[in-house]
Amino acid sequence: MTINTDRPLQFSPMHRLQWEEAQQKDVILYPEGMVELNQSSAEILKLCDGTRNLDQIVSELEHKFATTGLTNDITAFLEVALKNGWIQQN
Amino acid sequence: MAGSNKINITPPRWLLAELTYACPLQCPYCANPVDYAQYQSELSTEDWKRVLSQARKMGAVQLGFSGGEPLTRKDLPDLVQHAKDLGYYSNLITSGYGLTEAKIVQLKEAGLDHIQVSIQASTQELNDHLAGTESYHHKREVARLVKKHGYPMVLCVVIHRENIHQMPQILEMAEELGADYLELANTQYYGWAHANRDLLMPTKEQFEQAEATAQAFKEKVAGKMKIYYVIPDYYEDRPKKCMNGWGTTFLTIAPDGVALPCHSARELPGLDCPNVKDYSVEQIWNESRAFNFFRGTDWMKEPCRSCDEKEKDLGGCRCQAYLLTGDMYNADPVCTKSPDHHLIQAAIDSASASALASNEKPLIFRNSKNSRLMS
Repeated sequence: MTINTDRPLQFSPMHRLQWEEAQQKDVILYPEGMVELNQSSAEILKLCDGTRNLDQIVSELEHKFATTGLTNDITAFLEVALKNGWIQQN
Repeated sequence: MAGSNKINITPPRWLLAELTYACPLQCPYCANPVDYAQYQSELSTEDWKRVLSQARKMGAVQLGFSGGEPLTRKDLPDLVQHAKDLGYYSNLITSGYGLTEAKIVQLKEAGLDHIQVSIQASTQELNDHLAGTESYHHKREVARLVKKHGYPMVLCVVIHRENIHQMPQILEMAEELGADYLELANTQYYGWAHANRDLLMPTKEQFEQAEATAQAFKEKVAGKMKIYYVIPDYYEDRPKKCMNGWGTTFLTIAPDGVALPCHSARELPGLDCPNVKDYSVEQIWNESRAFNFFRGTDWMKEPCRSCDEKEKDLGGCRCQAYLLTGDMYNADPVCTKSPDHHLIQAAIDSASASALASNEKPLIFRNSKNSRLMS
């Protein structure tokens, strides 16, 4: 699956993204399952709120972490997220 | 005492709250203990709330409301609300019996995240026979309403010799009902299923054909429906890493408050499982004899003790070792390295002889009368 670069990305209403105090990490929760996220994956998913497209997410994170060249890594992760149904594009 | 203090204890992640053993259905493969009828007492609402709070504090995040039929507990919406306030992801594991649209809405408002509906077969005749209750059409209606109200839906079908031939129709039904997930659970032979094993176990050929059908379908519906396929371990060479390891991840609380490392552990002799009415969840998880009993690998006998794969499956399932060999310390006989592995082939042979017999004995249905007879 590939990301459409124009359309906004939205976290799936069939999943829940939540900070877990006991684990000190963000997790994705869904029926009878859980995925533990590292910090960068969680930062990307939190920006999938239905208002931002791929370029906007990349530039926001590059700005936030004062770096460049994140496009490939973010795209690769979002493709995995789309394939797993964690995010969607209308 | 088999456990050792040196083992690093991980906190529970999954809490299975078996709210009640009461159930209007009589499925002959029920995972409840065969002698469930002797456990009449049930925890109060306040007891359950305390357990939910204590387990959540330790790090449990997935919560299953199960049974029996959890809908028979009148305080279910109250418990769902409490779970929501604590930040659990809550799953209702139901037969659908007694579930109305008003209840579906009420539970959604209380914060329920997901509903798993079980269905016994793809036809009314077989579904109602296996459930021992007329329920097929209502289950289909419940599945539709669950989707209508925006829940993710898991359709769960337990697979065995009576329905395995319906695999193509079961897959079509799941697609038609709009299931987000389909759990195809090959019967695990504990409790009632163990008592009915001769009648429930499919042949290897039946199993392989059904699996191939399900795998092909999985590719067809990729991106729309996920399929959880629970393998029948009698046809494997190595045992399952039961419960992801004893006392590592899963905590089951039985209706009367007994805390179990797995829902079948009640059948093991001498474990003396503690009750949440006497101890906190933290004490039970970290300090009780029962939860430390099979943690790690120190308890193992040969051939597990010196096996280079022992960390991979931790000797397999303790309940299966006990049920089949009479000794809960033995290797799970599913393993081809087990000296008792012939018991698995004997069970397969016995089931296949039973299927061919002209006077096959009837299924023993799960109800209180049969439970008392079998206690």
